[in-house]
Amino acid sequence: MTQTRHTAKTGPVIRTSGLTKTFTRHKQTVEAVKGLDLEVGDGELVAFLGPNGAGKSTTLRMLTTLIAPTSGTAEVAGFDVVTEQRAVRRSIGYVGQGNAAGHQQRGRDEVVSQARAHGLSRSAANARADELLAAFDLSEHAGRPVSTLSGGQRRRLDVAIGLVHQPRLMFLDEPSTGLDPQNRVNLQEQVQRLNRELGTTIVLTTHYLEEADAIADRVIVIDHGEVIADDTATRLKAGLGDLVSLGFAGADDAAQAAERARRLDGSTVEVSGSAVSVRVAHGRDLAPGLVTDLAGAGTPATRIEVVSATLDDVFLNLTGRSLRETDSTITPTEGAAA
Amino acid sequence: MTTTTNDTTTATESTALAPSYDDETREPGFLADTWNVMTRELRPMLREPASVLFAMVQPLVFLALFAPLLPDSSAFGGSALQWFVPGIIAMTALMGASMTGSNLTLEINTGSHERLLVSPLRRSSLLVGRALKEVVPMLAQAVLIVAVVTPFSFDLHLGGVLVGLAVLALFSVGIGSLSFALAIVSEGQDWLFWTVQQTLIFPLLLLAGVLLPLDGAPGWLRFLANLNPLGYIIEAERALFAGSWSFDTILQGAVAAAAVAAVGLVVGLRTMRRSS
Repeated sequence: MTQTRHTAKTGPVIRTSGLTKTFTRHKQTVEAVKGLDLEVGDGELVAFLGPNGAGKSTTLRMLTTLIAPTSGTAEVAGFDVVTEQRAVRRSIGYVGQGNAAGHQQRGRDEVVSQARAHGLSRSAANARADELLAAFDLSEHAGRPVSTLSGGQRRRLDVAIGLVHQPRLMFLDEPSTGLDPQNRVNLQEQVQRLNRELGTTIVLTTHYLEEADAIADRVIVIDHGEVIADDTATRLKAGLGDLVSLGFAGADDAAQAAERARRLDGSTVEVSGSAVSVRVAHGRDLAPGLVTDLAGAGTPATRIEVVSATLDDVFLNLTGRSLRETDSTITPTEGAAA
Repeated sequence: MTTTTNDTTTATESTALAPSYDDETREPGFLADTWNVMTRELRPMLREPASVLFAMVQPLVFLALFAPLLPDSSAFGGSALQWFVPGIIAMTALMGASMTGSNLTLEINTGSHERLLVSPLRRSSLLVGRALKEVVPMLAQAVLIVAVVTPFSFDLHLGGVLVGLAVLALFSVGIGSLSFALAIVSEGQDWLFWTVQQTLIFPLLLLAGVLLPLDGAPGWLRFLANLNPLGYIIEAERALFAGSWSFDTILQGAVAAAAVAAVGLVVGLRTMRRSS
């Protein structure tokens, strides 16, 4: 079954060219997305990573036909997002920032209704709903009003609703925002399984570095409406090297140690009081040698810590800002900007 | 995470995520989409019959408290009930339909409206289905009111009542669509939606002569009333409910209702397209 899905269509599932969106609010024009050129292949698991307002949700909203591009084009599942909207909508699954199920509705009713909207017959829609509810461990809760479900249950319901028509392409907008860590991990596992077992192409946005790092094959870092990096998380981080932090008995020792550390090829060294931080490729492997070398030179380290680069370091390196410092709450205007 | 229960979940999930049957899907037409949206909207009500009950009784309470105050005089051209009941039903229709958007406001805020926008459901079905949802309780309320007042000084003219309700249904679709558009323009801000809705609804009702006849009104008031489509609709309803088939009055009412429906649908669709 999965075989046919893979061979049904080859080539990029998403292709954008000069995709641009500008909003005019209070007489100010904001370029939310600037000339995005992007290709996503069949079966990829891609994360758009960036702070709030970076343009990742706006991009997703253009790709899912929720808003029209100001200029440029985008093809999703082989259909144009402006001229072939209904075909795009039939082809994609979508999990938005909010809940797919109406809060005053019963969960199961919503799954059935969505299946009917996708053209399943009444009996097929019911069968599909039961399958999905069982799969997401929601069977016992599906008869209750959605407003009484927990955040995690509601999110699972959102994903279930997005899957009624077995889309080959699934969009998830900030899927794990507001979930507790355990539910977040569960959701991430489900998304990964969907990708691995069925070959479903997944495009998600996130401002959680750990999330992008943990599940995505490919991370597209977006800032101020532009792609500033696009690679696997491993390669993005490898480019930065590891951070080796050393502590010394005093500032003098630290200054001398910093001098020796600077001899390491391609290292960046910073001194702060009695602490020295060295960022260098393969720092993890170089650290023992460095410590021995410093002890031999009469400036023994009193403390050592080696931290691999995180995607936050990647972001910091690219933009000069930390992703962690940016506001991590969802601003209602981002959704309403549509 | 490594418990056995979790493993069972995993096993079932893999089977369910994979297409387990070859289902012939058929693209639903406009009617199927509209039916889907309307029944989806009605379902929470059907699942909570108590809420329906209260909504049903409301116009009856209004009628019970207000009708005794009406003088049974010639001001109404006969029975006060005969004059008052069509107005109450029209008011019920206006009230119900104008609230269409409040549910939408909730769904805009929680996200389900967005999900529907990304689904293959037609935009026009999203609009008409929601507006029609308010017609169903309106019809039920009308039947209830007519059933309650018929033993009193109200003559039931079934044919007229049915045509009258059809005209009101058309009007409701128009008002419902306008309410839908208002909810979208309000961008989920509850207070804005309700402020506009309340500000508009009472002048519309008063200027339609629902509660009191406008015959003795000063010229400027009658001028404003002449601009109010609901006024023509209520005149037509009164004629129909009284079993008088006065063609001009009924035609004017039907045209007014059709005009409201047309304007509502155009405004509603344009608002939806522009916002998304």
